[in-house]
Amino acid sequence: MATKRIDCTVNGQKHSLEVGVGESLLEVLRNRLHLTGTKKGCGVGECGACTVLVDGEAIDSCLFLAVWADGKAIRTIEGEAKEGQLTKVQKAFVEEGAVQCGFCTPGFVMSVTALTEKGCHCDREGLKKELSGHMCRCTGYHNIINAAEKAMREK
Amino acid sequence: MFDIARYDEARSVDEAVALLAANPQARLIAGGTDVLIRIREGKQPEAHLVGIRHIAALTRIERKDDGTLFIGAAATFSRIASDPLIRQCLPVLAEAVDTVGGPQIRRVATIGGNVCNGATSADSASTLFALDAILQIQGPKGIRLTPIHQFYRGPGKVNLGPAEVLTAIVIAPESYEGYGGHYIKYAMRKAMDIATLGCSVNCKVAGGNILADVRLAFGVAAPTPIRCPEAEGVVKGKPFSLELVESFGNAAAAEINPRTSWRASREFRLHLAKELSKQALVKAFQQAGGLIHGD
Repeated sequence: MATKRIDCTVNGQKHSLEVGVGESLLEVLRNRLHLTGTKKGCGVGECGACTVLVDGEAIDSCLFLAVWADGKAIRTIEGEAKEGQLTKVQKAFVEEGAVQCGFCTPGFVMSVTALTEKGCHCDREGLKKELSGHMCRCTGYHNIINAAEKAMREK
Repeated sequence: MFDIARYDEARSVDEAVALLAANPQARLIAGGTDVLIRIREGKQPEAHLVGIRHIAALTRIERKDDGTLFIGAAATFSRIASDPLIRQCLPVLAEAVDTVGGPQIRRVATIGGNVCNGATSADSASTLFALDAILQIQGPKGIRLTPIHQFYRGPGKVNLGPAEVLTAIVIAPESYEGYGGHYIKYAMRKAMDIATLGCSVNCKVAGGNILADVRLAFGVAAPTPIRCPEAEGVVKGKPFSLELVESFGNAAAAEINPRTSWRASREFRLHLAKELSKQALVKAFQQAGGLIHGD
């Protein structure tokens, strides 16, 4: 398979990588950079487990070619807590019991992080819509929405 | 790993056309949210792709001095849904594209990709039919314009010649100025679902209650998105009344020929067509400034 060199930052760190043109960003993050916090779920952009931020926008990394990451700033769950300090979004997830098996959590945290950083002030219904690209089969969404609301309230 | 043998990133439309012309096997990819799924399903083995997502000219949304709106084919759904110009001039399109997939998909998927896939269920397509959209296409012989209703040839088939690129969706001022519109997507879920039926109505009102113009379009009511000129004719030029709305719904259901699929039966789609066209007409009429007796 043909390859291309891409330069990008992942969690603030510069990387120069030779990637296959058929590799997804998800595969490069997990298999090359060993950032396995980002999960592979459905592989077709329906479950949201693979959500990462590309230039601040939450996207499904399973449907995003690695070559498109050239020149971009990528953020994954590994880059969120700094020196053992959870972000306010992560804290809200813990405090609201929005974490159970944890498979969906990294994706949810990245989406909520993007929302809070954009200064989103949606109500509960708006939050449901904003998070509709994620699936959680354990907590039943209620606690997750509570956590998102809490994170949004806290400056 | 996607089965992609070759990938070229075009930096301009000219370059995209040249890359396609030089390699007849190559296919375009913009947001990729449908193309990559097709490749994943093995429907496009050893794909050769020409990427157009980074061509700035294709992501622009602008209004020319004469009022004509140009929506770049590689504009994403989330960009269109939040664009101030679209919200002001074509709120119905902002509503329609905001029903596609989920938020992560809408940040990547493009309106041009939605149209070029040729799916009858495309959420942008029925609204673009009701808006009389014109497609601007660039190929080796230059630029051509084609009305969207002449673009669809059948399921998954569109009128795009070799090495041609859809560059913009063009809406003339006479197609949207003074119009109100409404789109209803009927699906089993509120997100991540494909429409069981999509219904879009654009309407212009004269003298407070005369339906000066009405344009009705459906998705999933036929192999391609369709307009319903007969139902439009039933109401055009007449004063708004609930009886007239009823006739509109009946005419719409009589004009379409939906099929039974695993999503819904033909009978259910006919029922939906009648009800959704009525609801969409009432909303579009109000959006256009029409007054319903008793308001």
